[in-house]
Amino acid sequence: MSTEAIEIDVAAESWTRRHLLALEDLSAEELTLILDTAARFKEATGGCRNKISALEDKTVANLFFEASTRTRTSFGLAARRLGAATVEFSSSGSSLSKGETFIDTAKNIEAMGVDVVVVRHRTPGTPQLLAQNLDCSVINAGDGPHEHPTQGLLDIFSIRERRGSLQGLTVALVGDIAHSRTARSNIWGLKALGAHVIVCGPSTLVSRRWEELGVEVSYDLDDVLPRCDVLNVLRIQFERQQMRPFPSVREYAHLYAVTQERMAKAKPDMLILAPGPINRGVEMTPEVADGPHSIILHQVTNGLAVRMAVLWLVCGAAQRERS
Amino acid sequence: MSNLLIKNGRVIDPSQGIDRVTNLLIAEGRIAALDASEDSTGNGHAESSTDVIDAEGKIVSPGLIDMQVHLREPGGEEDETIETGTAAALAGGFTSIVCSPDTDPPVDTPAAVEFIQHRAAKADHCNVFVLACVSKGRLGEELAEIGQLVEAGAVGFSDDDAPIYSPELMRRAFEYCLMFDKPILNHPETRELTRAGVMHEGLVSLRLALGGMPAAAEDVMTSRDISLAEATGGRVHLMHLSSSGSVEAIRRAKSRGVRVTAAVCPHHLTLTDEQLNTFDSNYKINPPLRGRNHCDALLAGLADGTIDVIASDHSPRAVEKKMQELDLAPFGVVGLETTLGVVSTALVAPGHLDWPTALAKLTINPARILGLDRGTLAVGAPADVTVIDPHARWKVDPKQFRSKSRNTPFSGWEMRGRADTVIVGGRVKWTAGNG
Repeated sequence: MSTEAIEIDVAAESWTRRHLLALEDLSAEELTLILDTAARFKEATGGCRNKISALEDKTVANLFFEASTRTRTSFGLAARRLGAATVEFSSSGSSLSKGETFIDTAKNIEAMGVDVVVVRHRTPGTPQLLAQNLDCSVINAGDGPHEHPTQGLLDIFSIRERRGSLQGLTVALVGDIAHSRTARSNIWGLKALGAHVIVCGPSTLVSRRWEELGVEVSYDLDDVLPRCDVLNVLRIQFERQQMRPFPSVREYAHLYAVTQERMAKAKPDMLILAPGPINRGVEMTPEVADGPHSIILHQVTNGLAVRMAVLWLVCGAAQRERS
Repeated sequence: MSNLLIKNGRVIDPSQGIDRVTNLLIAEGRIAALDASEDSTGNGHAESSTDVIDAEGKIVSPGLIDMQVHLREPGGEEDETIETGTAAALAGGFTSIVCSPDTDPPVDTPAAVEFIQHRAAKADHCNVFVLACVSKGRLGEELAEIGQLVEAGAVGFSDDDAPIYSPELMRRAFEYCLMFDKPILNHPETRELTRAGVMHEGLVSLRLALGGMPAAAEDVMTSRDISLAEATGGRVHLMHLSSSGSVEAIRRAKSRGVRVTAAVCPHHLTLTDEQLNTFDSNYKINPPLRGRNHCDALLAGLADGTIDVIASDHSPRAVEKKMQELDLAPFGVVGLETTLGVVSTALVAPGHLDWPTALAKLTINPARILGLDRGTLAVGAPADVTVIDPHARWKVDPKQFRSKSRNTPFSGWEMRGRADTVIVGGRVKWTAGNG
């Protein structure tokens, strides 16, 4: 693994956000800048395999109050690929278990000389709360069912990499929309970039009110699937549900599992994405997950590229803000 | 005690249908005369003297009553004490407050009622009337000793934010309270529908992915309470309404003679669930801030008399409790020091209510519901008077609050109208400017 200094030739000075808290408030220009930067980093690091000197004087803290393997590892690796030092903090229990508030915990970590805090928490709005109370940059790595901006970005990056543009594509998000932060981040990012978004799943998990936000709502996967350019299959978030919102897993799979049989009606070049660990056989059958339409493993690599881009951009904005 | 003449004010007393510019004379701690002339005040006699307050351009109202206040003492002194809460009440223009029984321990024994009365007398700011629990320990299982609580001075019964769940207990409570002619005050919320809820269920909660509390959760229990009050002849008062469905249910119930009354809080009339876009826990309130259509329905209900009372639901919470993740931060906002300002600025000034209608909901209406000898300027009544300057401009700065807590949703609001002079039992207890 070699380390070299490179020029990232994007208009980084037009990026003004010290934090990345949500995709809902990002413009198409901002989203495109992140995607372009990520593409440049992916190229410059030989497909995210090599180290470069971009954030050598920076320290990134992973503050995970909810279990995570993939996202945490990905952020840690992305930071180290850029030459930054990393700090790991995780607590799956309540932040108050030692009588310390969540904000105090974060302030203590910040006081150790941290430039960026990457936070995951079960409660929506926690990154916003941190951003108001810390001087360093805050990146949301998932706040409960609210948003997961870098997941949305890597999904969109993966689609754009294959299709060149999001404009005019039909993208369906299938499954537990109600409890999915990935769904929300995807919806905002995809819409801003000109895609047509469909949410599809059982009516207890897919509110009709999404229509008021410019999203198509469907309860019939067999109707939706043939029209899609991209299918993003979401995991059922059993752990976040108050009361099981459908009668049985068997009934869910009967209505919404993406199977070989259903795939027969798909466009030949339709892409299948899945943001996290899937319950094989529930949301998707193994043949589909591992089949030719699936770009699930590319998503993982692209996650590194997107996170490098985001870390680099927020650090740049923070530096410009200070000077 | 010297006499007090409040001259040239616009005297508004909804209890007697009075609204005219005149003088009000207070003597011996009671209302002595209306339309008193300055020479009839006894000045010149050796044994008495009369202080004069010039109320020109101001409103002279019966002392304001806030019928839903959480004083937190005993058990929650980090949020508020009886001393700080009653001081805040005075600063907000209230001469009487009615405190909730959700203390720790709860107010379910005569001793607990007397403790509050004792501490309130010691603080010597405003009158404090006590609500006691419907059920022992606020557990919703068996009736508290309501008869003895009435003897100790309880003016009404409520399990506060622990809604009375069992319909059977609610029915018995209505029946039992008939003997004492006391109302049951309920917080209508069907908890199965609001579990893990943080805010109103609607488009905003869908976007923010915060746990929703649908309006139907309130409507369901409002309707149940009305049915049980109707069946028993009992009196139900529904606290802090927030949904259009509740307003409609109460409107219909009143039209057929059910003994139901209702209150609404300033924040539910003026703020919506959009406030939660900031994720600021000072907007986390139960019942939650809802959509504009609900605000409009509440305003209409207030204007047509469906809603009888404006109450603050003053719910102080220490800063460290509110500065937490939204799901852990407790519900509630303070309101004693902003209620009159919001009523003046957001209800009267834009023409939703006129002053006599607004003041009825802050004076005689709560007094009648709870059987208090207050809320009136009738001759002989205790001289509780609030002089309001309807034009005074001020900005809400939580740091200036007398309350121990700062959790207001109105921080930074530019207000028009505030209490100028607050008189309790004939004594001037607070004046604007020098507190």
